[in-house]
Amino acid sequence: MSSWRAIAAALLFAALPALAGEIPPDARRSGYTFMGPDTRAMQDDDTSNPGMLFVLDGEALWSTKAGSAEKACADCHGDARSSMKGVAARYPALDKLLARPITLDQRINLCRANHQQATALTYESRDLLALSAFVAHQSRGIAITAGDDPDLKPFVAQGRDLFMQREGQLNLACSNCHDDNFDKRLAGAPITQAQPTGYPLYRLEWQTLGSLERRLRSCMTGVRAQAYEYGSPELVALELYLMSRARGLKMETPAVRP
Amino acid sequence: MATLINVPAKARRGDIIEIRTLTSHIMETGFRHTMAGALVPRDIITSFICRYNGTEVFRADLFPAIAANPYLSFFTIAKESGKFEFEWIGDNGYSSTASASITVE
Repeated sequence: MSSWRAIAAALLFAALPALAGEIPPDARRSGYTFMGPDTRAMQDDDTSNPGMLFVLDGEALWSTKAGSAEKACADCHGDARSSMKGVAARYPALDKLLARPITLDQRINLCRANHQQATALTYESRDLLALSAFVAHQSRGIAITAGDDPDLKPFVAQGRDLFMQREGQLNLACSNCHDDNFDKRLAGAPITQAQPTGYPLYRLEWQTLGSLERRLRSCMTGVRAQAYEYGSPELVALELYLMSRARGLKMETPAVRP
Repeated sequence: MATLINVPAKARRGDIIEIRTLTSHIMETGFRHTMAGALVPRDIITSFICRYNGTEVFRADLFPAIAANPYLSFFTIAKESGKFEFEWIGDNGYSSTASASITVE
């Protein structure tokens, strides 16, 4: 019996180097599965999930007229429950005019500039987070398909390169933790697979909602690298790669994370 | 401010029911400084009151150590159909209200 165990253990260790590297599709797990029961319960109940407060604010903003065009999002897009269903699961998406991928936040600001003649909302401002949370919430439960567009291939590849590239004074790549060492712990906290299923999400540490870019920037600061600016092509490419890497996982917005 | 209230829509007379409330608030402690060194003034909710058909059934005092977007859960006994009224009071004249109805059979 014990020799069988030893053989099984030996096989497991032999298999480890093969496991390191990209996570096979059927082994991909949302950050939700790494959380404790209390935090899960907080996310699961819409009346205890603080992210839902932002969704409510976003719902109000959706039908509030803005800019000199005196138009609300709802005036063009109608009922978000149908018009925005599944949209966030496809973002970052290619903007044909700009010929590059843009995030949902950037799409909202483009809409504000082009159709509402309104000023852009600043990154991580309450209004922008609320609007993108409200839009992304309409995709809750829908499988992620971002990056499927063949025209996005070079940008997904760019994001993948950034994910694999060591950086900062600690000389760590994203993949060193999130591909090779997930399920282990870093300073007592579980290392997740970095699957961006629930953004914008409510992070208890932040005590507010935050975007995937905020999360990426704080990881970069963590490895003592210079973080890319909000909306920079590098962050968008990383975001796109992460979403394509999470292909098939279900959207959870607004998720709650410790 | 956005508020989320969870009161059971129906209950039997005498049932112990749980009420959960969540409200938007930054709960700025008053202990933090800006990058320039200036103190960020305190801005918190200081008290919460729940009234059941006009009678106060629960009250809480809140302090700077309480997290942003305070979540409160408490219990009461379902006595009669009617309305729960919630009130949050805080710094800088902050006041916010919400209500929820219950049918007691």
